[in-house]
Amino acid sequence: MIEVSGLRKRYGDTVALDGFDLATPAGSVCGLLGPNGAGKTTAVRVLATLLRPDSGTARVGGFDVVRQADRVRELIGLTGQFAAVDDALTGAENLRLIARLLELPRMQARRRVAEVLDRFGLADAAGRPVRTYSGGMRRRLDVAASLLGRPQVLFLDEPTTGLDPRSRADVWELVRGLVADGTTVLLTTQYLEEADRLADSVCVVDHGRVVRTGTPSQLKAQIGGHTLSVRPADPARIPDVVAVLGDAAVTSDGLVSVALSGGSDAAAVLAEAAAELRRAEVAVDELGVRLASLDEVFLALTGQFTAKEVIA
Amino acid sequence: MSPIRTLRHGGALAWRNLVKFRHTPDQLLDITLMPITFVLMFVFLFGNAVSGDWHAYLQFVIPGIAVQALMFATLGSAISLNSDIRTGVYDRLRSLPIARSAPLIGHILGDTVKYALAIVLVFGIGAALGFRVHNGLSGVAAAALLMLVFALAVCWIATLIGVVARAAETVQALSLVLVFPLTFGSNVFVPTGKLPGWLQAWVKINPVTQVSDALRALLLGTPAGPAVTRTLLWSAAIVAVFAPLAVMAYRRASR
Repeated sequence: MIEVSGLRKRYGDTVALDGFDLATPAGSVCGLLGPNGAGKTTAVRVLATLLRPDSGTARVGGFDVVRQADRVRELIGLTGQFAAVDDALTGAENLRLIARLLELPRMQARRRVAEVLDRFGLADAAGRPVRTYSGGMRRRLDVAASLLGRPQVLFLDEPTTGLDPRSRADVWELVRGLVADGTTVLLTTQYLEEADRLADSVCVVDHGRVVRTGTPSQLKAQIGGHTLSVRPADPARIPDVVAVLGDAAVTSDGLVSVALSGGSDAAAVLAEAAAELRRAEVAVDELGVRLASLDEVFLALTGQFTAKEVIA
Repeated sequence: MSPIRTLRHGGALAWRNLVKFRHTPDQLLDITLMPITFVLMFVFLFGNAVSGDWHAYLQFVIPGIAVQALMFATLGSAISLNSDIRTGVYDRLRSLPIARSAPLIGHILGDTVKYALAIVLVFGIGAALGFRVHNGLSGVAAAALLMLVFALAVCWIATLIGVVARAAETVQALSLVLVFPLTFGSNVFVPTGKLPGWLQAWVKINPVTQVSDALRALLLGTPAGPAVTRTLLWSAAIVAVFAPLAVMAYRRASR
């Protein structure tokens, strides 16, 4: 549905896109994950026909975003980083404007506006000017506006930045609903959890290019592999645990962890560790094998931490 | 994109500007209060001093104040266009399958209503105070048409400012720098002959002087030919220079 190859875009001395490649199948959610200034927004703007790339090609639904921009615009919806709703209009008026611009017949427009307001939980606030809306409501209206024309491809540029945890969960819920309808979603985010929860595939973006692509669990497995951790009930037994896990084990906060070599079977490793710990008669509070966190992946790929987040 | 669809999209966006207008009456205050204040202030404060009699001054000053109100109304357009471009609204519009020129057309169509309102208001107050037209309906129609032509020319300057300015404050500052010399450095308030010689040179070529003269002539029934011609020439010149610049800047605003 989205095919991008070798996109380049520079602003003066700043290289925003530097050989950006992407392929997203129809009906999936692709997450562009990267730090500020990595080029995520530039990529979305090119795909949404707002920005002409210096070189490279980008196609949406088979149409070239530069040469067939009008065809692309009929397929897409865009929710940009800054709310694109008019503060002075009511929620319903904002949607009615979009319906008029999309040239929906009057009756159909009225029905569609009511339907979308209802679905986004804005029916009660429909007659109020948007300037009285909360950040979350405004964002929902913004997403609603981009969905009014039933786009096949939806671009969401940092849809939850600046939202409280509750509103963020609402937006996530909406995105999942869209995917159930078959919409292809391209989402940019600085939040790992967001990518982890929503995206079928994650493209880690850094310095204007995609540095790694995969499902969230593939990425975690590729980069971090598995970690085995053991927490003895009695901290005094830590040396015994280290003896079981081997010299590579590290201890922090009473938790002894060791990175497993690639390809090891988590269940076998866990069973073996459990057996040896029993043999050494070490009582254990916590024992487990987990994938490296996406945060660890991100750090390994870009040398940066992602945005600090607070999720309720 | 067919012209009909372009107009339909422009019409939808003009509708938006008018609805907005209804919801934010303070915008209305902006374009109504200014002309009222100016009419009252100039007629009663300076009327006797300039013309020896405020009734006579009223006949002289009302057409000019209408032109000034027009100029200020175009500033409002520059500000609203600017805020669209600075916020995400413009991106949203451009990601829709609508004509590229539709947002611009929408602003200009929507603002024409504001211009009309400003003018009707000035002449309304003028009439209440005793301003009288001496050239019948055809004179009024010709004057209205001429004002519309001039407003649509000046709105290209406003568009350019609205597109290139980085913030609303810049729009305001740029506009004032533009509007004050044009309106006060004209014969809107004081007849050219009563101004110092060095200023007369500028006042005589100032387009605002030409429109004001043309309106006075059309409304009061004195020979209007030369002033009307010069107004039309000025309007054409303004459009020729600023329309391409504005369109170019408008296209570039997206790059």
